[in-house]
Amino acid sequence: MATFTLNPRRRGRPAPELIFGDLWPYDPAPETADPKLLARYGLFINGRFTPAKSGQVFDSINPATERKLAELARAGTADVNAAYAAAQRAFDTTWGRMPGRERAKYLFRIARLLQDRAREFAVAETMDGGKPIKESRDFDVPMAAAHFFYHAGWADKLDYVAPGRRVAPLGVVGQVIPWNFPLLMCAWKLAPALAMGNCVVLKPAETTSITALKLAEIIQDADLPPGVVNIVTGAGEVGAAVMGHRTAAKVAFTGSTEVGKSILRSLAGTDQKMTLELGGKAANIIFDDAPLDQAVEGVINGIFFNQGHVCCAGSRLLVQESIAGRVLAKLKQRLQVLRVGDPLDKNTDLGAINSREQLRKITALVKAGVREGAELYQPACVLPARGWYFRPTLFSGVTMSQRIAREEIFGPVLSILTFRTPEEAVEKANNTAYGLSAGVWTDKGARILKLATELKAGVVWANTYNKFDPASPFGGYKESGFGREGGRQGLLDYCRLA
Amino acid sequence: MSRLPITKTPKVYVGGAFIRSESARVFPLRDAAGAFFAHIPQCTRKDLRNAIEAAAAAGPGWAKRTAYNRGQILYRLAEMLEARSAELAAALLVGVKATPRARAAAAREVAATIDRIIYYAGWADKYEQLLGSVNPVAAPYFNFTVTEPMGVVGVLAPATPALLGLASLLAPAIVSGNTVVALASESQPYPAILLGEMLATSDLPGGVVNLLTGFRRELVPTFATHTHLRALSGVATAGERRALRLGAAESVKRTRLRPAEDRIDWYAADAQSLAAVGDTLEYKTTWHPIGA
Repeated sequence: MATFTLNPRRRGRPAPELIFGDLWPYDPAPETADPKLLARYGLFINGRFTPAKSGQVFDSINPATERKLAELARAGTADVNAAYAAAQRAFDTTWGRMPGRERAKYLFRIARLLQDRAREFAVAETMDGGKPIKESRDFDVPMAAAHFFYHAGWADKLDYVAPGRRVAPLGVVGQVIPWNFPLLMCAWKLAPALAMGNCVVLKPAETTSITALKLAEIIQDADLPPGVVNIVTGAGEVGAAVMGHRTAAKVAFTGSTEVGKSILRSLAGTDQKMTLELGGKAANIIFDDAPLDQAVEGVINGIFFNQGHVCCAGSRLLVQESIAGRVLAKLKQRLQVLRVGDPLDKNTDLGAINSREQLRKITALVKAGVREGAELYQPACVLPARGWYFRPTLFSGVTMSQRIAREEIFGPVLSILTFRTPEEAVEKANNTAYGLSAGVWTDKGARILKLATELKAGVVWANTYNKFDPASPFGGYKESGFGREGGRQGLLDYCRLA
Repeated sequence: MSRLPITKTPKVYVGGAFIRSESARVFPLRDAAGAFFAHIPQCTRKDLRNAIEAAAAAGPGWAKRTAYNRGQILYRLAEMLEARSAELAAALLVGVKATPRARAAAAREVAATIDRIIYYAGWADKYEQLLGSVNPVAAPYFNFTVTEPMGVVGVLAPATPALLGLASLLAPAIVSGNTVVALASESQPYPAILLGEMLATSDLPGGVVNLLTGFRRELVPTFATHTHLRALSGVATAGERRALRLGAAESVKRTRLRPAEDRIDWYAADAQSLAAVGDTLEYKTTWHPIGA
């Protein structure tokens, strides 16, 4: 058997790098499955697709090409009212009265139908939102199906959700979801609400509504009673109408902290039940005993997953001072081989920025970082001529007071800070108004558990990052919102204790 | 010749000490016949801010106590109340015509308060096993969810029952390691003054519970906006709830407010619950790798 030993003359010198430059370019490897898009989508109300009462429409744009994908109906107040009326009717007549074991079967059906059409949904998701196909194919769509499958099984076991108490559904729930994980957020919101016996009026994000409407096709095929799920499309004012509707027994929102606060203010005079999953500025902490190559991969995944359009993105890297130079060198090296470009290409690591507006926001914050004195690094990659793209970006020498260390950038921009002691790492990590997630990289199990205790964040990843599971509750501390999604704890937010 | 009794100067319990308002303001409390009883501190926004500072300082130490220890301290508090239950019942009768019926009601309220504290004392080392979980994720991680106290909780006690209402809001918050700044009943503040004395002798570290007396209209705005309060729990009127939620929005503070207009039965079976403990807890999920 062949064995490999390190050349003794190499000892103490860095291992050779495998950087091929442009020696062997990749051939394009486009995913070609048919996304089966319609030219025009209506609102999904009472089990049927219907145009907006006003007849108004707006365009859904592919951010990778800036070309129109489909035309969507712009809902008005009358449409939102109709959606709520349908949902209330469904709650009173069918869904709210149905035994849990029957509700479960519908949710299992949705999970299966989504699995059947997984590739088609992945392509549609990538075209609509700009994320790399390998992410929508391997993460978004299978995880969405998993959420329906997981929650389906809860529907007839709700007596176990709240120890010592009986639970009952709330009624009609209004939900507004963001553009970063359009289908997955749909599943996160719908599955627990439906398992508990609620009916839903959901508004997807204006720029990424298509997979929600394709899910409505599955909901039709699954023969879900009309009105149990209603989907209205449009911009912020439609979201405000969904959040502020009098029929809503509860509202749930995922999006920016800024919008979350405005929802809190606008509903301050009501006793509305709410859950909010808001922004983040997570710290990813690397100790000097961490497996560095694994940590660097994790940091890259933590910030560049979905172009950094992730509320729990590890956007602040805290690295122990003694290894900061080595980590930065490894990160720069890794950045050089990240592939930015056509989201439909199976080799693409970073796809398109979701919208022109978001690209503008990222650009402005990066400029602020340079102005405030942080050191910028971007690899020399070629961006496509059309579409909205942004180079993966590192900032080193960042201080806590700089905007790039405090504000959520929601883009592929990593701010690197250093620390000396674990106490300093915790203090810096917690020195933020946010508290959604954190990462810890170390070889010591005891240190992981100590930091997990001290970090003020709803999710702590140890020697990994951006892992999700329907059984694992997700949600924030502080200004990252309240309520949990996933697991038994997530169901508590969709019931009342009887 | 009869001896003139020494009357007590009521002081509020803040940061483990008995203080009067920094403003030196007081308001008179009268008995049912309208005669002067005592001067109660009319605490100010500054007093509230100081109390929040004391609560924040006490927080980490209290949360780090073992659950067994927190349970024993709450039990000790109940012992203190039991020993002085007659005095507490008398405090509930200040300003009330002491009919046999009123006396019985006061005795009942004191007994229910003691039982409530015992109830929550017992939860200290149990709630985690029911609220937390180990989660079967589809990847090689030990994934678990534990609860953590939110931090400093602002409590707004109902007007009545002044003692039982206050204890029912305090106990489920502190049992898990939160610290509390509470505003006592405006119309019946005296039981809270006595409760402070019992808290001081119950082994509860100073600053874990801070009790203020005063006027809601003066203090509600600061309860609403102070960013070191991580949660608000209590009973409030429609106007107060709106003001509290508006202020809370700025720092996404958790609000657990019950309408003062509702007739809340503080003696009902569901007036004490595991869910009430959960109301001032956050869930934290950790992904710990499994592997060599």
